[in-house]
Amino acid sequence: MNSVLTQLQPSAPHQSRLEEDDEFERTDAASWGSMAGFGNLSRTGGVQGMSVPRVSDPTSFLDMHTDNMSSNPEAKIKIAHGTTTLAFKFQGGVIVAVDSRATAGSYVASGTVKKVIEINKFLLGTMAGGAADCQYWETYLGMQCRLYELRNKERISVAAASKILSNIVYQYKGMGLSMGTMVCGWDKTGPCIFYVDDDGQRLKGDLFSVGSGSTFAYGVLDQGYRWDLTDEEAQELGRRSIIAAGHRDAYSGNTCNLYHVKQDGWDFIGNYDVNELWYEYEGKKKAERESQNAAAAASPMAVEP
Amino acid sequence: MALYRNAPVAHAQEPTAAPIEHRFNPYSDNGGSILAIAGKDFSVIAGDTRQSEGYNIQTRYARKVWQLTDKAVLATNGFAADGNNFVKRVKQRLEWYEHAHHKPMGLKSIARMIQTMLYGKRFFPYYVYNILGGIEEDGSGAVYSFDPVGSYEREACRAAGAAQSLIQPFLDNQIYFKNQQPEPGSQPFIPGNLPLATVLSLVVDSFTSATERHIEVGDGMEIYIVMNKGRTTDDLLGEGKLQKGMQIEELGALGEGSGERTFLVRQALKRD
Repeated sequence: MNSVLTQLQPSAPHQSRLEEDDEFERTDAASWGSMAGFGNLSRTGGVQGMSVPRVSDPTSFLDMHTDNMSSNPEAKIKIAHGTTTLAFKFQGGVIVAVDSRATAGSYVASGTVKKVIEINKFLLGTMAGGAADCQYWETYLGMQCRLYELRNKERISVAAASKILSNIVYQYKGMGLSMGTMVCGWDKTGPCIFYVDDDGQRLKGDLFSVGSGSTFAYGVLDQGYRWDLTDEEAQELGRRSIIAAGHRDAYSGNTCNLYHVKQDGWDFIGNYDVNELWYEYEGKKKAERESQNAAAAASPMAVEP
Repeated sequence: MALYRNAPVAHAQEPTAAPIEHRFNPYSDNGGSILAIAGKDFSVIAGDTRQSEGYNIQTRYARKVWQLTDKAVLATNGFAADGNNFVKRVKQRLEWYEHAHHKPMGLKSIARMIQTMLYGKRFFPYYVYNILGGIEEDGSGAVYSFDPVGSYEREACRAAGAAQSLIQPFLDNQIYFKNQQPEPGSQPFIPGNLPLATVLSLVVDSFTSATERHIEVGDGMEIYIVMNKGRTTDDLLGEGKLQKGMQIEELGALGEGSGERTFLVRQALKRD
């Protein structure tokens, strides 16, 4: 794979102009047509030269013109941001739940984003941070996982898959990638979750939540989490956590997508409207309160337990 | 485009008291707006033709919507130079594909290719918002929208550009029926099923309204309509089907043609 770091090195003065022109460089004449690769992927499947502006500090160039690190909200190029995602292991597998809002500054760019990326039948990736970074590299991870399968005649482990991803983002460290992702799946070792982020951090764990709404999600998640949750209870906990985050975090919301990973692969459980569900929960709470009050009124001598 | 921040000041004693700050600013915003709406067996992709920089109108006719294949049309918005160059490179890749495979690239493959091409410039982005419209392999109308670095999604409708925040809420209300309730006892709303005539008038209303309230939108608009093969054209070509002042032309097949038909409707917008 063509490392970006090699491209960032100042070119030697004797280098010809053609060699410098990374964007259009093709190593052999037959590299058009069926050999042209796909987009910036070469015909061998490697990532072919990411183009970098010829300035002394490409990262500050990117900072100046994009709202990448949220350090420059006035920038012209707005990249979709803001999220709540969560995943947790329990007795029945892995629950993955996410919201569907993409924001660019304060504008809601989309309310129908698919933040769970289906890497293959047994692997899911979640999307927080830059939408393009997550979508692109997790799709690329899907290709690498398929190649692993073909070469080794067995499915890749979640640990290995997540390490491919963390190694990729580590190569680009400091260049402004923005992603916080959970690679979730079921392999020989059972259910598994790895958290991978843009500075190359890779953690194994039972329970994670990532994104601007993660604190709200953790609040609901932690108070309801047990290892021996039933499938229905676990799905409800994931859903309820996203709804709570969608309600309290302005950068999250619209709908909730829910997935359940089991031994024989993942199932898509459903898509739920955050607003509708919140008021359904509120209605239930109110009805419960009223029935309790009615019971208390019926037996005025009742002693509080 | 300012290449330096401070105008050089002539001081007798210290001609260069502070270093002149140069920065590389290759981007500009050329205004305008684009939108696309998918129907059951057709897709409509439209854009205005004004190109501006700041308060200056550079031209009243600059193309923002491009026919790529017999079943794909691409609209670009943002920095015009980047947009034109990006379309040029997409077209080149489509040509290479056709030479290699003896068939045009399908819509969903074009969408994925656009993602990888945009992401290839992740660290030196094209300042372009793309909307791709056309006919999918199964014959359905489709719209794909992209951010400048390649994240994309299939949708039923999308507006982008200067008047995005004016047009998109209108489309959400009229296409997705957001914040609308069906009359008691009547059928529920089904999004993405509107007739062509309705979609066309929504497009026209979007742009005439955006022209009234946004200074960067106006002059004229170009509406591309891609129809699935075998679909009737009576609702477009029939007598009195088009609104006053609209001109229509059919764009012939680009290759051998597989039955899809593309029409281009032009209409003037206010020029003030």
